[in-house]
Amino acid sequence: MGASRRATLATMAGALVLVAAGCGGDDSGGTTTATGGLRPPKLEALKTLGPGEGQVNLVAWAGYVEDGSNDPKVDWVTGFEKATGCQVNVKIGNSSDEMVQLIKSGQYDAVSASGDASLRLIAAGDVAPVNTALIPNYKDVFDGLKNQPWNTVNGVNYGVPHGRGANLLMWRTDKVSPDPDSWSVVFDPSSPYKGKITAYDSPIYIADAALYLMATRPDLGIKNPYALDDKQFQASIDLLKQQKNTIGEYWVDYLKEIQAFKSGDSVLGTTWQVIANVAQGEGAPVKVTLPKEGATGWSDTWMVATKAKHPNCAYMWLNHIISPEANAAVAEYFGEAPSNKLACAKTADPNHCAIFHADDEAYFSKVWYWNTPIQQCLDGRTDVRCKNYAEWTQAWTSLRNS
Amino acid sequence: MAGTVIEEREVVRPAPSPHRTSGFLHRHRWLQLSGLLSAPMLWLLVAYLGALAMMFITAFWTTDPFTNDVVRVWSLENFKQLVSDRAYLNVAVRSVVVASLVTLVCAMIAVPMAFFMARVVRPRWRGAFVVAVLTPLWASYLVKVYAWRVMLQTDGVLDSVLRPFGLSSPGFGLAAIVIVLTYLWLPYMILPVYAGFERLPDSYVDASSDLGARTVRTFRSVMLPMVFPSLVAGSIFTFSLSLGDYITAQIVGGKVQLIGNVVQTNIVLNLPFAAAVATIPVAVMVIYLAVVSRTGALDNL
Repeated sequence: MGASRRATLATMAGALVLVAAGCGGDDSGGTTTATGGLRPPKLEALKTLGPGEGQVNLVAWAGYVEDGSNDPKVDWVTGFEKATGCQVNVKIGNSSDEMVQLIKSGQYDAVSASGDASLRLIAAGDVAPVNTALIPNYKDVFDGLKNQPWNTVNGVNYGVPHGRGANLLMWRTDKVSPDPDSWSVVFDPSSPYKGKITAYDSPIYIADAALYLMATRPDLGIKNPYALDDKQFQASIDLLKQQKNTIGEYWVDYLKEIQAFKSGDSVLGTTWQVIANVAQGEGAPVKVTLPKEGATGWSDTWMVATKAKHPNCAYMWLNHIISPEANAAVAEYFGEAPSNKLACAKTADPNHCAIFHADDEAYFSKVWYWNTPIQQCLDGRTDVRCKNYAEWTQAWTSLRNS
Repeated sequence: MAGTVIEEREVVRPAPSPHRTSGFLHRHRWLQLSGLLSAPMLWLLVAYLGALAMMFITAFWTTDPFTNDVVRVWSLENFKQLVSDRAYLNVAVRSVVVASLVTLVCAMIAVPMAFFMARVVRPRWRGAFVVAVLTPLWASYLVKVYAWRVMLQTDGVLDSVLRPFGLSSPGFGLAAIVIVLTYLWLPYMILPVYAGFERLPDSYVDASSDLGARTVRTFRSVMLPMVFPSLVAGSIFTFSLSLGDYITAQIVGGKVQLIGNVVQTNIVLNLPFAAAVATIPVAVMVIYLAVVSRTGALDNL
């Protein structure tokens, strides 16, 4: 026993030395990206479109790439596969953080990135610039979505806009009355629905609390829920700590939230339109609203990975998903505003674009698209340092385990 | 197995010329041994200890706050943060408590169950019981946990079964995590304990009763000490598997997180910090194994 233990120790020590030696060499060559201004690495966009590679691997939000397997009537993938010969494989990302991780793995060609993922991907060189000249449908995209800070850096386009929408408040109509019209119901410490309230399990949810404080605590002076100084940040965390007492469970897996609302384990909380659609389809009596304080939301961008193994098929997919037909179908299914002007004429409900305020920039000024908080305050303040996303993450972990 | 190896060597000896290699190997036993062990040792070194060492080193790196890329600069920042924020102590303690509870409940179910299987049931039925214990392992982990989620939910199976007794489902939370983890890892406790009871010679039990011990006394003073090493072996499985689990907590944990969840959230955003957090369960397991080996239970395995 003694001898073998010594041998084991020696092996372990040897392994440590070996690995340490192997890593030490990397220190000088390791790339560190600038933390200050955004200086993405120089990468080339595709110059000409070649023939398809036979398949394309996508990372997408649930409901963005539907091939009829969830609902035979919901399918904008099969036609694309037949027309281009590109077999579509999709991996659902449950959060922006998960999507960033998946793209970094180098196994995927394109991603539907929200604003809190897109800049991180651009800065790290994980996604390449996109040559919009190779995407014929790009010309029909709403001008209000083109060349925005979350899809364009220094005049270089890094993707095509997919669509946009808001994170909504969902409730069970048989359990919650009256119908809520304010986020106050999920932040009420003496809520009658204690233990049945749900919230999104991601650091980005701190912005939802900040947005509520923006409307209810003007003394804090929050101008942008993603630009929080120490005091504003602490107030948001305190609000979430208080909310935690009334939370039944946090959700990040959309299937889990559907199941919880169906069973009545959750009766009130933040959601996406697509979740409400599926839950209603499965017979759960739920309704959604955009509360009067406004909401956090998303404006998504399809981007092509730098390490894409099937770039041609990826470009064909980008062109397809913003085509009037596919863009109308996905916008209607997911419950968001399409990015293509011509899609408004193709939706099954002729009023879809009006209901979702497709070109209503005034409406979307109330929706705060997910963004990555950085030290330089996004609202333009220069006299204070804002909390960056790493600090948001730590605070969230700490909150979840306090 | 060992017998055949020796036999081959004996055959080789009279004809050394065409078998120069084997003859050489026979004369240099250490070379033979190291050749035989090189593959498993390499596996142990590279894949197993290498990964652990890599994790430990990563824990001393930092991350770019914006791109989440790992920055290879040595610092103790991650460990400082682990110590300074009480939340991490909370989650570590909570995880150890959950793992201990799961181990305890598993042991309480496994001992009578294994005793029954090994010493009460007729030998020809034993196989059927072992199969029955193993059957849940054939189903996917996720399916089982989601099935438990459905059973535990409001007005679920558990609620309707318990209602006549004035009880209700514990709902999603700490209790649900312990129940589901106990269900998941129970076979890993039953099997070694069953093997322990089966190995126990009948003569010991007979001798005990000849000396006047009643059933309970025999069980406590003869059987239990004999199967204790098996119980320890089982507890290593249940304890370590529970300590590393995060999916069960995610699905039935309500708002409760275990240390695995903290690692999982941070693995995407801050890999070095996730590595630092992951050293906690490793340290706990090392302590656990050290304590266990002090009792001598590992020597008899």
